[in-house]
Amino acid sequence: MQAQIIGRLDPATAPAVYYEAWVPAGFPSPAGDYQEQCLSLDDLVGLRAPHTYLVRVRGDSMIEAGIHDGDILVVDRSLEPRPGCIVIAHVHGELTVKTLRRDAAGGLWLVPANPDYAPLAVEPDSLEVWGVVTCNLHFHARP
Amino acid sequence: MSYALIDCNAFYCSCERVYRPWLKDVPVVVLSNNDGCVIARTREAKRLGIPMGAPYFQWRQRLRQWGVAVFSSNYELYGEMSARVMATLEGLFPKVKVYSIDEAFADLAGLPGDLEALGQRARERVWRWTGLPVGVGIGPTKTLAKLANWAAKTWGKCGGVVDLRDPLRRERLLRIAEVGEVWGVGRRLSARLAPLGIRSAWDLAHFEPATLRRHFSVVLEKTARELRGIPCLEPEEAAPRQTICTSRMFGRRLHELAPIREALASYASTAAEKLRRQGSLAGALQVAIRTGMHAPGEPRYCGVMPCPLPYPTDDTRVLVDAALRGLEAIYRPGFAYSKAEVLLLDLRRRGEFTGDLFAPRPRPGADRLMATIDRINARQGRGSIRLGRVPAEPAWAMRRELMSQRYTTCWDELLQVS
Repeated sequence: MQAQIIGRLDPATAPAVYYEAWVPAGFPSPAGDYQEQCLSLDDLVGLRAPHTYLVRVRGDSMIEAGIHDGDILVVDRSLEPRPGCIVIAHVHGELTVKTLRRDAAGGLWLVPANPDYAPLAVEPDSLEVWGVVTCNLHFHARP
Repeated sequence: MSYALIDCNAFYCSCERVYRPWLKDVPVVVLSNNDGCVIARTREAKRLGIPMGAPYFQWRQRLRQWGVAVFSSNYELYGEMSARVMATLEGLFPKVKVYSIDEAFADLAGLPGDLEALGQRARERVWRWTGLPVGVGIGPTKTLAKLANWAAKTWGKCGGVVDLRDPLRRERLLRIAEVGEVWGVGRRLSARLAPLGIRSAWDLAHFEPATLRRHFSVVLEKTARELRGIPCLEPEEAAPRQTICTSRMFGRRLHELAPIREALASYASTAAEKLRRQGSLAGALQVAIRTGMHAPGEPRYCGVMPCPLPYPTDDTRVLVDAALRGLEAIYRPGFAYSKAEVLLLDLRRRGEFTGDLFAPRPRPGADRLMATIDRINARQGRGSIRLGRVPAEPAWAMRRELMSQRYTTCWDELLQVS
Protein backbone atom coordinates (compact mmCIF):
# COMPACT_ATOMS: atom_id res chain seq x y z
CA MET A 1 0.00 0.00 0.00
CA GLN A 2 1.29 3.41 -0.88
CA ALA A 3 0.70 6.66 0.91
CA GLN A 4 0.38 9.67 -1.32
CA ILE A 5 0.85 13.04 0.35
CA ILE A 6 -1.90 15.49 -0.48
CA GLY A 7 -0.98 18.47 1.69
CA ARG A 8 -3.29 20.24 4.06
CA LEU A 9 -7.03 20.54 3.97
CA ASP A 10 -8.42 23.72 2.53
CA PRO A 11 -8.60 26.06 5.53
CA ALA A 12 -11.60 27.72 3.91
CA THR A 13 -13.80 24.72 4.53
CA ALA A 14 -16.39 25.98 6.94
CA PRO A 15 -16.42 24.19 10.30
CA ALA A 16 -19.76 23.12 11.69
CA VAL A 17 -21.37 25.78 13.83
CA TYR A 18 -23.41 24.44 16.69
CA TYR A 19 -25.72 26.63 18.68
CA GLU A 20 -29.28 26.73 19.85
CA ALA A 21 -31.41 29.49 18.53
CA TRP A 22 -34.83 29.53 20.08
CA VAL A 23 -36.48 32.78 19.21
CA PRO A 24 -39.23 33.62 21.71
CA ALA A 25 -41.72 35.92 20.06
CA GLY A 26 -40.89 39.55 20.66
CA PHE A 27 -37.86 38.86 22.85
CA PRO A 28 -34.39 38.79 21.24
CA SER A 29 -32.00 36.10 22.50
CA PRO A 30 -29.19 37.59 24.57
CA ALA A 31 -27.05 34.65 23.40
CA GLY A 32 -27.28 35.95 19.87
CA ASP A 33 -24.06 37.92 20.25
CA TYR A 34 -21.99 34.90 21.27
CA GLN A 35 -22.53 32.46 18.44
CA GLU A 36 -19.21 32.77 16.62
CA GLN A 37 -17.49 29.82 18.26
CA CYS A 38 -17.62 26.27 17.00
CA LEU A 39 -16.39 22.74 17.49
CA SER A 40 -13.47 22.07 15.23
CA LEU A 41 -12.15 18.79 13.91
CA ASP A 42 -8.99 20.69 12.98
CA ASP A 43 -8.27 21.35 16.64
CA LEU A 44 -9.18 17.85 17.71
CA VAL A 45 -6.54 16.32 15.45
CA GLY A 46 -4.05 19.18 15.83
CA LEU A 47 -4.24 20.01 12.16
CA ARG A 48 -2.80 23.51 12.52
CA ALA A 49 0.37 22.60 14.36
CA PRO A 50 3.46 23.12 12.18
CA HIS A 51 4.32 19.42 12.53
CA THR A 52 0.94 18.02 11.39
CA TYR A 53 0.48 16.75 7.84
CA LEU A 54 -2.25 14.95 5.93
CA VAL A 55 -1.69 12.00 3.68
CA ARG A 56 -4.09 9.91 1.64
CA VAL A 57 -4.01 6.11 1.68
CA ARG A 58 -3.73 4.09 -1.47
CA GLY A 59 -4.19 0.30 -1.41
CA ASP A 60 -5.42 -2.12 1.22
CA SER A 61 -2.32 -3.39 3.05
CA MET A 62 -3.61 -1.91 6.35
CA ILE A 63 -7.23 -2.91 5.90
CA GLU A 64 -7.41 -4.94 9.12
CA ALA A 65 -6.25 -1.90 11.06
CA GLY A 66 -9.31 -0.11 9.68
CA ILE A 67 -7.30 1.90 7.16
CA HIS A 68 -8.95 1.76 3.76
CA ASP A 69 -8.03 2.84 0.29
CA GLY A 70 -8.77 6.56 -0.05
CA ASP A 71 -8.70 7.31 3.68
CA ILE A 72 -6.93 10.43 4.90
CA LEU A 73 -4.37 10.03 7.65
CA VAL A 74 -3.30 12.74 10.06
CA VAL A 75 0.44 12.46 10.53
CA ASP A 76 2.50 14.04 13.30
CA ARG A 77 6.19 14.47 12.58
CA SER A 78 7.05 15.59 16.08
CA LEU A 79 6.29 12.21 17.69
CA GLU A 80 8.97 9.65 18.40
CA PRO A 81 8.18 6.52 16.35
CA ARG A 82 7.92 3.66 18.85
CA PRO A 83 7.14 0.00 18.29
CA GLY A 84 3.38 -0.36 18.02
CA CYS A 85 2.92 2.98 16.24
CA ILE A 86 1.44 3.15 12.78
CA VAL A 87 4.03 5.07 10.80
CA ILE A 88 4.66 6.53 7.38
CA ALA A 89 8.05 5.19 6.31
CA HIS A 90 10.24 5.63 3.28
CA VAL A 91 11.09 2.24 1.80
CA HIS A 92 12.77 1.72 -1.57
CA GLY A 93 11.64 4.98 -3.14
CA GLU A 94 8.11 4.76 -1.82
CA LEU A 95 6.21 6.11 1.18
CA THR A 96 4.34 3.35 2.91
CA VAL A 97 2.01 3.11 5.92
CA LYS A 98 2.69 0.16 8.23
CA THR A 99 2.82 -0.73 11.90
CA LEU A 100 6.30 -0.51 13.43
CA ARG A 101 7.13 -3.61 15.48
CA ARG A 102 10.12 -4.90 17.38
CA ASP A 103 10.62 -8.68 17.63
CA ALA A 104 12.06 -10.60 20.58
CA ALA A 105 15.54 -10.42 19.07
CA GLY A 106 15.30 -6.64 18.82
CA GLY A 107 14.82 -6.60 15.02
CA LEU A 108 12.57 -3.89 13.56
CA TRP A 109 9.70 -4.69 11.21
CA LEU A 110 7.20 -2.77 9.16
CA VAL A 111 4.12 -4.93 9.51
CA PRO A 112 1.05 -4.73 7.25
CA ALA A 113 -2.46 -5.43 8.52
CA ASN A 114 -3.48 -7.73 5.71
CA PRO A 115 -2.56 -11.46 5.36
CA ASP A 116 -1.87 -10.96 1.64
CA TYR A 117 1.18 -8.83 2.42
CA ALA A 118 4.45 -9.87 4.06
CA PRO A 119 6.12 -7.98 6.89
CA LEU A 120 9.30 -6.16 5.94
CA ALA A 121 12.44 -6.35 8.04
CA VAL A 122 14.28 -3.01 8.29
CA GLU A 123 17.74 -2.14 9.52
CA PRO A 124 17.51 0.37 12.36
CA ASP A 125 20.06 2.57 10.54
CA SER A 126 18.19 2.63 7.25
CA LEU A 127 14.72 3.08 8.74
CA GLU A 128 13.38 6.43 7.60
CA VAL A 129 10.17 7.28 9.38
CA TRP A 130 8.40 10.25 7.77
CA GLY A 131 5.88 10.65 10.56
CA VAL A 132 3.62 8.91 13.03
CA VAL A 133 -0.07 8.40 12.18
CA THR A 134 -2.32 9.86 14.86
CA CYS A 135 -5.74 9.67 13.22
CA ASN A 136 -7.56 8.14 10.28
CA LEU A 137 -10.37 9.93 8.45
CA HIS A 138 -12.63 7.37 6.87
CA PHE A 139 -15.87 8.43 5.26
CA HIS A 140 -18.86 6.09 5.43
CA ALA A 141 -20.93 8.40 3.29
CA ARG A 142 -19.93 11.55 1.48
CA PRO A 143 -21.37 14.61 3.19
CA MET B 1 23.63 41.56 22.29
CA SER B 2 23.61 38.74 19.79
CA TYR B 3 21.59 37.39 16.92
CA ALA B 4 21.00 34.10 15.20
CA LEU B 5 20.28 33.85 11.49
CA ILE B 6 18.42 30.67 10.65
CA ASP B 7 18.37 29.90 6.97
CA CYS B 8 16.99 26.91 5.05
CA ASN B 9 19.46 25.18 2.77
CA ALA B 10 18.40 25.29 -0.91
CA PHE B 11 14.92 26.02 0.39
CA TYR B 12 12.77 25.46 -2.70
CA CYS B 13 14.61 22.25 -3.59
CA SER B 14 14.47 21.00 -0.02
CA CYS B 15 10.69 21.54 0.05
CA GLU B 16 10.41 19.24 -2.95
CA ARG B 17 12.57 16.65 -1.21
CA VAL B 18 10.37 16.59 1.90
CA TYR B 19 7.62 15.00 -0.15
CA ARG B 20 9.99 12.82 -2.17
CA PRO B 21 12.52 11.45 0.29
CA TRP B 22 14.11 9.27 -2.37
CA LEU B 23 15.63 12.41 -3.90
CA LYS B 24 17.90 12.71 -0.87
CA ASP B 25 21.19 12.43 -2.77
CA VAL B 26 19.85 13.31 -6.21
CA PRO B 27 20.65 16.76 -7.65
CA VAL B 28 17.51 18.93 -7.65
CA VAL B 29 16.80 22.28 -9.31
CA VAL B 30 13.73 24.49 -9.28
CA LEU B 31 12.78 26.74 -12.20
CA SER B 32 11.36 30.26 -12.18
CA ASN B 33 7.83 31.12 -13.29
CA ASN B 34 7.01 29.71 -16.72
CA ASP B 35 10.01 27.41 -16.35
CA GLY B 36 12.34 30.16 -17.55
CA CYS B 37 15.55 29.53 -15.66
CA VAL B 38 17.10 27.81 -12.65
CA ILE B 39 16.39 29.71 -9.43
CA ALA B 40 17.33 27.11 -6.82
CA ARG B 41 19.90 24.33 -6.73
CA THR B 42 20.94 21.70 -4.25
CA ARG B 43 24.58 21.21 -3.36
CA GLU B 44 24.74 18.25 -5.78
CA ALA B 45 23.35 20.41 -8.60
CA LYS B 46 25.90 23.15 -7.88
CA ARG B 47 28.69 20.59 -8.05
CA LEU B 48 27.54 19.65 -11.55
CA GLY B 49 28.28 23.25 -12.54
CA ILE B 50 24.68 24.32 -13.12
CA PRO B 51 24.75 28.11 -12.62
CA MET B 52 22.06 30.18 -10.97
CA GLY B 53 19.84 31.61 -13.71
CA ALA B 54 20.72 28.89 -16.22
CA PRO B 55 18.08 29.12 -18.99
CA TYR B 56 16.12 25.89 -18.92
CA PHE B 57 15.79 25.49 -22.68
CA GLN B 58 19.60 25.55 -23.01
CA TRP B 59 20.23 23.13 -20.17
CA ARG B 60 17.31 20.74 -20.53
CA GLN B 61 19.32 18.13 -22.42
CA ARG B 62 22.20 18.06 -19.95
CA LEU B 63 19.91 18.05 -16.91
CA ARG B 64 18.18 14.98 -18.28
CA GLN B 65 21.48 13.21 -19.04
CA TRP B 66 22.77 13.88 -15.53
CA GLY B 67 19.58 12.67 -13.92
CA VAL B 68 18.80 16.01 -12.30
CA ALA B 69 15.30 16.23 -10.82
CA VAL B 70 13.72 19.43 -12.22
CA PHE B 71 10.71 21.18 -10.69
CA SER B 72 8.61 24.20 -11.62
CA SER B 73 8.28 26.64 -8.75
CA ASN B 74 5.43 25.80 -6.41
CA TYR B 75 5.01 28.95 -4.33
CA GLU B 76 1.96 27.55 -2.54
CA LEU B 77 4.05 24.70 -1.19
CA TYR B 78 7.08 26.85 -0.37
CA GLY B 79 4.99 29.49 1.36
CA GLU B 80 3.23 26.89 3.45
CA MET B 81 6.46 25.11 4.38
CA SER B 82 7.99 28.48 5.20
CA ALA B 83 5.15 29.22 7.61
CA ARG B 84 5.79 25.85 9.28
CA VAL B 85 9.47 26.66 9.72
CA MET B 86 8.75 30.11 11.16
CA ALA B 87 6.09 28.77 13.54
CA THR B 88 8.56 26.11 14.70
CA LEU B 89 11.23 28.75 15.33
CA GLU B 90 8.79 30.88 17.29
CA GLY B 91 8.37 27.99 19.67
CA LEU B 92 12.10 28.16 20.43
CA PHE B 93 13.02 31.85 20.31
CA PRO B 94 11.01 34.63 21.96
CA LYS B 95 11.81 37.19 19.26
CA VAL B 96 11.82 36.01 15.66
CA LYS B 97 11.94 38.37 12.72
CA VAL B 98 11.13 36.77 9.38
CA TYR B 99 13.58 38.19 6.89
CA SER B 100 12.53 36.30 3.77
CA ILE B 101 10.71 33.15 2.78
CA ASP B 102 13.59 30.97 3.93
CA GLU B 103 15.43 32.92 6.61
CA ALA B 104 14.73 34.56 9.93
CA PHE B 105 16.69 36.49 12.53
CA ALA B 106 16.25 35.55 16.18
CA ASP B 107 17.20 38.10 18.81
CA LEU B 108 19.18 36.17 21.41
CA ALA B 109 19.54 39.05 23.87
CA GLY B 110 18.89 37.85 27.41
CA LEU B 111 18.53 34.18 26.52
CA PRO B 112 20.17 32.02 29.18
CA GLY B 113 22.28 28.95 28.58
CA ASP B 114 24.43 27.63 25.78
CA LEU B 115 23.39 29.44 22.61
CA GLU B 116 25.23 27.04 20.33
CA ALA B 117 23.24 24.17 21.86
CA LEU B 118 20.07 26.18 21.32
CA GLY B 119 21.06 26.55 17.67
CA GLN B 120 21.52 22.80 17.43
CA ARG B 121 18.12 22.28 19.00
CA ALA B 122 16.52 24.62 16.46
CA ARG B 123 18.17 22.72 13.62
CA GLU B 124 17.01 19.39 14.93
CA ARG B 125 13.47 20.51 15.60
CA VAL B 126 12.97 22.15 12.20
CA TRP B 127 14.44 19.08 10.54
CA ARG B 128 12.16 16.78 12.44
CA TRP B 129 8.95 18.79 12.20
CA THR B 130 9.30 19.89 8.59
CA GLY B 131 12.00 17.74 6.99
CA LEU B 132 13.89 20.89 5.97
CA PRO B 133 17.62 21.30 6.65
CA VAL B 134 18.60 24.66 8.15
CA GLY B 135 21.87 26.29 9.08
CA VAL B 136 22.28 28.55 12.10
CA GLY B 137 24.73 31.43 12.34
CA ILE B 138 25.25 33.25 15.63
CA GLY B 139 27.02 36.56 16.06
CA PRO B 140 27.02 39.86 17.95
CA THR B 141 25.63 41.65 14.86
CA LYS B 142 23.25 40.66 12.10
CA THR B 143 26.01 40.90 9.49
CA LEU B 144 28.18 38.51 11.51
CA ALA B 145 25.25 36.17 12.12
CA LYS B 146 24.72 36.09 8.37
CA LEU B 147 28.40 35.38 7.71
CA ALA B 148 28.36 32.69 10.39
CA ASN B 149 25.41 31.14 8.62
CA TRP B 150 27.36 31.10 5.37
CA ALA B 151 30.22 29.35 7.18
CA ALA B 152 27.81 26.81 8.69
CA LYS B 153 26.60 25.93 5.20
CA THR B 154 30.02 25.91 3.58
CA TRP B 155 31.84 23.69 6.07
CA GLY B 156 29.91 20.54 6.83
CA LYS B 157 32.08 19.70 9.81
CA CYS B 158 30.64 22.68 11.74
CA GLY B 159 27.52 20.60 12.29
CA GLY B 160 25.30 23.29 10.81
CA VAL B 161 25.84 25.82 13.61
CA VAL B 162 28.59 28.45 13.74
CA ASP B 163 28.97 30.85 16.64
CA LEU B 164 31.09 33.95 15.98
CA ARG B 165 30.77 35.63 19.35
CA ASP B 166 34.32 34.60 20.20
CA PRO B 167 36.70 37.28 18.77
CA LEU B 168 39.46 34.80 17.89
CA ARG B 169 37.15 32.56 15.95
CA ARG B 170 35.68 35.64 14.31
CA GLU B 171 39.07 36.83 13.11
CA ARG B 172 39.89 33.41 11.69
CA LEU B 173 36.69 33.34 9.64
CA LEU B 174 36.87 36.97 8.49
CA ARG B 175 40.37 36.36 7.14
CA ILE B 176 39.34 33.42 4.97
CA ALA B 177 35.93 34.72 3.84
CA GLU B 178 36.01 36.57 0.53
CA VAL B 179 34.45 40.00 0.80
CA GLY B 180 31.76 38.97 -1.70
CA GLU B 181 30.31 36.62 0.93
CA VAL B 182 29.51 39.53 3.24
CA TRP B 183 25.83 40.45 3.51
CA GLY B 184 24.98 43.18 1.02
CA VAL B 185 28.36 43.22 -0.76
CA GLY B 186 27.98 40.77 -3.63
CA ARG B 187 29.94 40.30 -6.81
CA ARG B 188 29.73 43.72 -8.40
CA LEU B 189 30.71 45.62 -5.30
CA SER B 190 33.59 43.26 -4.52
CA ALA B 191 35.01 43.96 -7.98
CA ARG B 192 35.08 47.66 -7.07
CA LEU B 193 36.63 46.93 -3.69
CA ALA B 194 39.48 44.83 -5.09
CA PRO B 195 41.55 47.81 -6.39
CA LEU B 196 41.55 49.19 -2.82
CA GLY B 197 43.08 45.96 -1.62
CA ILE B 198 39.86 44.79 0.03
CA ARG B 199 39.63 41.09 -0.72
CA SER B 200 38.57 39.42 2.49
CA ALA B 201 35.87 40.28 4.98
CA TRP B 202 38.71 41.11 7.37
CA ASP B 203 40.07 43.74 4.91
CA LEU B 204 36.65 45.38 4.76
CA ALA B 205 36.19 45.32 8.52
CA HIS B 206 39.43 47.21 9.06
CA PHE B 207 39.36 49.61 6.15
CA GLU B 208 39.22 53.30 6.88
CA PRO B 209 35.52 54.12 7.52
CA ALA B 210 35.53 57.64 6.05
CA THR B 211 36.82 56.36 2.70
CA LEU B 212 34.16 53.67 2.59
CA ARG B 213 31.48 56.28 3.15
CA ARG B 214 32.88 58.71 0.62
CA HIS B 215 33.57 56.24 -2.19
CA PHE B 216 30.72 53.84 -1.61
CA SER B 217 27.90 54.35 0.87
CA VAL B 218 26.91 54.77 4.47
CA VAL B 219 25.56 51.25 4.33
CA LEU B 220 28.97 49.81 3.44
CA GLU B 221 30.57 51.76 6.25
CA LYS B 222 27.99 50.34 8.63
CA THR B 223 28.59 46.86 7.24
CA ALA B 224 32.31 47.21 8.04
CA ARG B 225 31.46 48.29 11.58
CA GLU B 226 29.10 45.35 11.97
CA LEU B 227 31.92 43.01 10.93
CA ARG B 228 33.91 44.43 13.83
CA GLY B 229 31.08 43.41 16.14
CA ILE B 230 29.30 46.76 16.53
CA PRO B 231 25.57 46.46 15.75
CA CYS B 232 24.30 49.32 13.59
CA LEU B 233 22.42 47.83 10.64
CA GLU B 234 18.73 47.20 10.21
CA PRO B 235 18.07 44.27 7.88
CA GLU B 236 16.07 46.53 5.57
CA GLU B 237 19.22 48.48 4.75
CA ALA B 238 21.21 45.67 3.19
CA ALA B 239 20.82 44.24 -0.31
CA PRO B 240 17.75 44.40 -2.58
CA ARG B 241 15.45 41.63 -1.55
CA GLN B 242 13.84 38.78 -3.37
CA THR B 243 10.95 38.68 -0.96
CA ILE B 244 9.43 41.31 1.30
CA CYS B 245 7.83 40.37 4.54
CA THR B 246 5.88 42.50 6.97
CA SER B 247 5.00 40.57 10.07
CA ARG B 248 4.21 41.85 13.49
CA MET B 249 2.86 40.73 16.82
CA PHE B 250 -0.41 42.41 17.74
CA GLY B 251 -0.45 44.71 20.76
CA ARG B 252 -2.63 42.11 22.39
CA ARG B 253 -4.43 38.94 21.37
CA LEU B 254 -7.16 39.54 18.78
CA HIS B 255 -10.20 37.31 18.42
CA GLU B 256 -12.48 39.06 15.94
CA LEU B 257 -12.01 39.43 12.22
CA ALA B 258 -12.43 43.21 12.02
CA PRO B 259 -9.29 44.34 13.88
CA ILE B 260 -7.20 41.65 12.18
CA ARG B 261 -8.45 42.96 8.86
CA GLU B 262 -7.30 46.43 9.82
CA ALA B 263 -3.91 45.14 10.92
CA LEU B 264 -3.43 43.12 7.75
CA ALA B 265 -4.42 46.07 5.55
CA SER B 266 -1.85 48.15 7.35
CA TYR B 267 0.87 45.48 6.99
CA ALA B 268 0.11 45.09 3.29
CA SER B 269 0.40 48.88 2.91
CA THR B 270 3.78 48.83 4.63
CA ALA B 271 4.97 45.96 2.45
CA ALA B 272 3.82 47.88 -0.64
CA GLU B 273 5.86 50.88 0.48
CA LYS B 274 8.97 48.73 0.93
CA LEU B 275 8.33 47.27 -2.49
CA ARG B 276 8.16 50.69 -4.17
CA ARG B 277 11.20 51.91 -2.28
CA GLN B 278 13.34 49.26 -3.92
CA GLY B 279 11.62 49.77 -7.26
CA SER B 280 10.18 46.27 -7.62
CA LEU B 281 6.85 44.72 -8.53
CA ALA B 282 5.38 41.72 -6.69
CA GLY B 283 4.18 38.75 -8.71
CA ALA B 284 2.61 36.93 -5.77
CA LEU B 285 1.36 37.65 -2.29
CA GLN B 286 0.75 35.47 0.73
CA VAL B 287 -0.95 36.15 4.05
CA ALA B 288 -0.63 34.28 7.31
CA ILE B 289 -2.19 34.64 10.74
CA ARG B 290 -1.36 32.67 13.83
CA THR B 291 -1.97 32.27 17.51
CA GLY B 292 0.79 32.29 20.11
CA MET B 293 3.05 29.24 19.99
CA HIS B 294 4.20 29.40 23.63
CA ALA B 295 1.17 29.62 25.90
CA PRO B 296 0.48 26.16 27.29
CA GLY B 297 -3.06 24.92 26.92
CA GLU B 298 -4.02 27.63 24.45
CA PRO B 299 -5.27 26.18 21.17
CA ARG B 300 -2.81 26.84 18.37
CA TYR B 301 -3.69 27.79 14.86
CA CYS B 302 -1.66 28.90 11.93
CA GLY B 303 -3.36 29.73 8.64
CA VAL B 304 -1.54 30.52 5.41
CA MET B 305 -3.01 31.50 2.08
CA PRO B 306 -1.38 32.41 -1.22
CA CYS B 307 -3.41 35.18 -2.87
CA PRO B 308 -3.38 35.56 -6.62
CA LEU B 309 -2.54 38.99 -8.04
CA PRO B 310 -4.10 40.03 -11.35
CA TYR B 311 -0.72 41.29 -12.60
CA PRO B 312 2.73 42.06 -11.13
CA THR B 313 2.12 45.25 -9.18
CA ASP B 314 3.20 47.70 -6.48
CA ASP B 315 -0.25 49.27 -6.15
CA THR B 316 -1.24 49.38 -2.47
CA ARG B 317 -4.92 49.01 -3.36
CA VAL B 318 -4.43 45.81 -5.35
CA LEU B 319 -2.13 44.27 -2.73
CA VAL B 320 -4.42 45.12 0.20
CA ASP B 321 -7.41 43.72 -1.68
CA ALA B 322 -5.64 40.44 -2.34
CA ALA B 323 -4.42 40.19 1.26
CA LEU B 324 -7.90 40.74 2.70
CA ARG B 325 -9.42 38.16 0.42
CA GLY B 326 -6.81 35.70 1.65
CA LEU B 327 -7.58 36.61 5.24
CA GLU B 328 -11.29 35.84 4.75
CA ALA B 329 -10.32 32.33 3.74
CA ILE B 330 -8.01 31.54 6.66
CA TYR B 331 -9.65 33.39 9.55
CA ARG B 332 -11.37 31.05 11.97
CA PRO B 333 -13.27 32.20 15.02
CA GLY B 334 -12.45 30.93 18.49
CA PHE B 335 -8.70 31.59 18.53
CA ALA B 336 -6.57 34.21 20.24
CA TYR B 337 -4.50 35.55 17.36
CA SER B 338 -1.15 37.05 18.18
CA LYS B 339 0.44 37.75 14.82
CA ALA B 340 -0.22 38.42 11.15
CA GLU B 341 2.11 38.47 8.20
CA VAL B 342 2.12 39.69 4.60
CA LEU B 343 4.71 38.22 2.29
CA LEU B 344 5.44 39.59 -1.19
CA LEU B 345 7.02 37.02 -3.48
CA ASP B 346 8.30 36.64 -6.98
CA LEU B 347 9.70 40.19 -7.01
CA ARG B 348 11.01 41.64 -10.20
CA ARG B 349 12.27 44.94 -11.50
CA ARG B 350 9.85 47.23 -13.27
CA GLY B 351 9.70 46.41 -16.96
CA GLU B 352 11.06 42.94 -16.32
CA PHE B 353 7.78 41.27 -17.10
CA THR B 354 5.83 40.79 -20.29
CA GLY B 355 2.21 41.70 -19.89
CA ASP B 356 -0.38 39.01 -20.44
CA LEU B 357 -2.63 40.07 -23.29
CA PHE B 358 -5.71 38.67 -21.56
CA ALA B 359 -4.95 39.66 -17.98
CA PRO B 360 -6.67 42.70 -16.50
CA ARG B 361 -4.76 45.93 -17.00
CA PRO B 362 -3.32 47.99 -14.17
CA ARG B 363 -5.51 50.88 -13.11
CA PRO B 364 -4.68 54.01 -15.10
CA GLY B 365 -2.53 56.50 -13.23
CA ALA B 366 -1.69 54.00 -10.48
CA ASP B 367 2.05 54.67 -10.73
CA ARG B 368 1.66 58.41 -10.39
CA LEU B 369 -0.83 58.05 -7.55
CA MET B 370 1.46 55.75 -5.58
CA ALA B 371 4.49 57.98 -6.18
CA THR B 372 2.50 61.00 -4.96
CA ILE B 373 1.31 59.17 -1.84
CA ASP B 374 4.85 58.09 -1.02
CA ARG B 375 6.10 61.67 -1.47
CA ILE B 376 3.42 63.12 0.80
CA ASN B 377 3.95 60.44 3.45
CA ALA B 378 7.68 61.03 3.33
CA ARG B 379 7.12 64.71 4.03
CA GLN B 380 4.08 64.67 6.34
CA GLY B 381 4.85 61.52 8.24
CA ARG B 382 4.02 57.90 7.70
CA GLY B 383 0.35 57.08 7.27
CA SER B 384 -0.73 60.66 6.49
CA ILE B 385 -2.37 59.26 3.39
CA ARG B 386 -3.60 55.71 3.70
CA LEU B 387 -6.46 53.47 2.67
CA GLY B 388 -9.72 53.99 4.55
CA ARG B 389 -9.41 50.45 5.88
CA VAL B 390 -6.35 51.31 7.90
CA PRO B 391 -7.28 53.21 11.06
CA ALA B 392 -5.06 55.94 12.47
CA GLU B 393 -5.33 54.47 15.96
CA PRO B 394 -6.49 50.87 15.95
CA ALA B 395 -9.16 50.01 18.49
CA TRP B 396 -9.00 46.51 19.96
CA ALA B 397 -11.56 43.83 20.58
CA MET B 398 -13.61 43.81 23.77
CA ARG B 399 -12.72 41.62 26.73
CA ARG B 400 -14.94 38.90 28.16
CA GLU B 401 -13.61 38.02 31.56
CA LEU B 402 -16.75 36.75 33.28
CA MET B 403 -17.28 33.65 31.26
CA SER B 404 -18.68 30.29 32.31
CA GLN B 405 -17.62 27.02 30.74
CA ARG B 406 -18.13 26.86 27.01
CA TYR B 407 -20.28 23.77 27.00
CA THR B 408 -21.09 23.66 23.34
CA THR B 409 -18.08 25.28 21.76
CA CYS B 410 -14.99 23.85 23.43
CA TRP B 411 -13.81 20.23 23.63
CA ASP B 412 -12.33 20.69 27.07
CA GLU B 413 -15.42 22.25 28.56
CA LEU B 414 -18.23 19.94 27.49
CA LEU B 415 -20.90 19.25 30.11
CA GLN B 416 -19.99 16.15 32.10
CA VAL B 417 -22.59 13.62 33.25
CA SER B 418 -21.93 10.53 35.32
